[in-house]
Amino acid sequence: MAATKIHAIYTDDDLLMQAVKQTRSANYHISEVFTPFPVHGLDHAVGLAPTRIAITAFLYGLVGLSVAITMMNFMMIQDWPQNIGGKPSFTYYQNMPAFIPIMFELTVFFAGHLMVITFYMRSKLWPFKKAENPDPRTTDDHFLMEVDADNHDVEKLTKFLYDTGASEISLIEKEEDH
Amino acid sequence: MSSHYEAPIREPLVLGDKSYHDISVDVAAPVLGKASKSWWIVFTIALVAFLWGLGCIIYTISTGIGVWGLNKTIGWAWDITNFVWWVGIGHAGTLISAVLLLFRQKWRMAVNRSAEAMTIFAVVQAGLFPIIHMGRPWLAYWVLPIPNQFGSLWVNFNSPLLWDVFAISTYLSISLVFWWTGLLPDFAMIRDRTKSPFQKKIYGILSFGWSGRVKDWQRFEEVSLVLAGLATPLVLSVHTIVSFDFATSVVPGWHSTIYPPYFVAGAIFSGFAMVQTLLIIMRKVSHLESYITVLHIEYMNKVILLTGGIVTVAYAIEFFIGWYSGVPYENYTYLSFGAATGPYWWAFWALITCNFIVPLSLWVKSLRRNIMWTFFVALIINIGMWFERFDIIVVNISKDRLTSSWTMFQPTFVDIGTFMGTIGFFFVLFLLYARTFPVIAQAEVKTIMKTSGEAFKRLRAEHGDDHSHVQHVEQYPADAGPAANVEDKDFDSAFDDLTEEESENNEIDIELHRGKIENLLSRIGTYDPEVNKQDDLKKISGVGPVMEQKLHQLGIFTFEQVSRMTDREYDLLDEIISEFPGRAKRDDWAGQAQALKNKN
Repeated sequence: MAATKIHAIYTDDDLLMQAVKQTRSANYHISEVFTPFPVHGLDHAVGLAPTRIAITAFLYGLVGLSVAITMMNFMMIQDWPQNIGGKPSFTYYQNMPAFIPIMFELTVFFAGHLMVITFYMRSKLWPFKKAENPDPRTTDDHFLMEVDADNHDVEKLTKFLYDTGASEISLIEKEEDH
Repeated sequence: MSSHYEAPIREPLVLGDKSYHDISVDVAAPVLGKASKSWWIVFTIALVAFLWGLGCIIYTISTGIGVWGLNKTIGWAWDITNFVWWVGIGHAGTLISAVLLLFRQKWRMAVNRSAEAMTIFAVVQAGLFPIIHMGRPWLAYWVLPIPNQFGSLWVNFNSPLLWDVFAISTYLSISLVFWWTGLLPDFAMIRDRTKSPFQKKIYGILSFGWSGRVKDWQRFEEVSLVLAGLATPLVLSVHTIVSFDFATSVVPGWHSTIYPPYFVAGAIFSGFAMVQTLLIIMRKVSHLESYITVLHIEYMNKVILLTGGIVTVAYAIEFFIGWYSGVPYENYTYLSFGAATGPYWWAFWALITCNFIVPLSLWVKSLRRNIMWTFFVALIINIGMWFERFDIIVVNISKDRLTSSWTMFQPTFVDIGTFMGTIGFFFVLFLLYARTFPVIAQAEVKTIMKTSGEAFKRLRAEHGDDHSHVQHVEQYPADAGPAANVEDKDFDSAFDDLTEEESENNEIDIELHRGKIENLLSRIGTYDPEVNKQDDLKKISGVGPVMEQKLHQLGIFTFEQVSRMTDREYDLLDEIISEFPGRAKRDDWAGQAQALKNKN
């Protein structure tokens, strides 16, 4: 089914915020917003759920810590214990003070890298990915709001969007992927 | 708007009447433009130094470490000095991008990109030295904990040298992804601005297809925050672990618990000096004076003052402990032969002069804000911090516990050439970066424009903090459809002064409307220059320079006159000035004028 969208372009972030609020309160559905920089509070205004990416970072950090402990316990305590400068190597606990730097480094390593990879995967960012912003000016100084127009009177919606301060409005017919 | 409030006492961080578009243009200019002649000259010099260093490295590796000036007493000299120096320089980048992000310091946004680039390039130089020092760098993988040909003899996790391997590689890689993630929106900006298909292709790949969706930005900000939270302890841990290389040993002068904080402070100190060195040149060459301002330079000088003070106290404590501990080895390291009075006195006093005495001048505000002086001090600190590491390493081990093996260190041309080579390599990377990367995090700078931009601060000073500069223009004057879909029509750019052309086309046909004008003035009162004082009508929301000019032509000059307007007068006004019907009434000019009049 072809989806009809309206792209409304704004030239100011405060104007966009106001337009987003007005559009939502008029019960139109905003399907996407493209902005050149993070507009403070926009995610909340559009009605997005908070991101859970920080939670994943915490979990990845725990994985990194476990990897560090398991690795050093196996290598230094079980597989080939050595007397190095008299540091006790009978149990992990006794030798642990010397292991703290690497436990910390691997926690950070896993948390940081895996979180960023998660971010790239979730937001579909990778080399050779084609950019999907509909108007190149949205990375410069323009703000684009995409509104669903399927079950609405396009004339009325267009007039409404102009009244919210849009400087350009275009009607888009999209082939839905699914 | 009130959400963009910032205390007026704070100086602006973005100078000039910049719009969002101006920022894109200014940041993209060095990338899209041609390299200047001076760039090519500096690049060539750096490249020659790099190649010279490369030759020295190849000579070292093919012949052996014996080509350096090391002897059996002094087994670490320039190599490890350079290693610590370069790692230390890297610290400022992470401090600016991570620690200042956690503290919500807006001034970091103009400098973080370049500081992080400096971090990465400096850590690359640092990493070279331990690898060369291995003598057989093709066996460098032996430092990794992987199953190997010696049965299961693993790397030694008790050794600070191995901690270094983990710390430096984590630091380098985390800094790299932090930097790159921040770069995505800026690469995307260049991708969408450039006209060249080749650049479009390259920056399209580099930008990972960044589109700027609201969800992407939400994740982007969260990821930046978490990475900053991870990088802050990481940066402290890295130089702490570097200092463990010395502190956990038993060499007199090295075996010291003060080393971790002392090294971290010294690292930030030297790193900020290097940031100053690079940015003072770059802001000039790339014309970024509006973004990297004297204020930024002053802030960084304050960090230099603080960390320089910490380092100085650490030097004093070393001497105090040399006396107070009563340990004979500490005694000859600091006191009886002594760093200050022994054969390496010149290195010690170079350190004191460069790291303590010269930076003291930054306590003077006019010197702290003097760009030439700052550049000079930054160069001096760079030199001083190299001497600090030379003092720590060479001076301390030149006198070990056996007096018979006390000796001096003489660098060979290979030592010097390798060091010069890494400086060349560093500048090659940085110069290439300055030509191909967006050197200012433009997306982030755009977010602080309305709080900290000079033009917006001035607008707030003139119109008050709660004034919205977004105009509510009637979209359908006389219901004839959108009149003019022009850019910026919804934005009251009060900092654009009226151009000549606009003022010329701004005449009201006085003759045509004479009757109405007289009618209007008879109701609201006339303006007599002898008695009344002219008010700034632009203070009324909805009155711009053009409108003010029109009102002046009608003979309306004071708030008093405007405040007497009622619906009838508004209608008359609309008939005379037909451009903005209903505007005056909707914005309640009379009410606003009344309030402004009472304020005067």
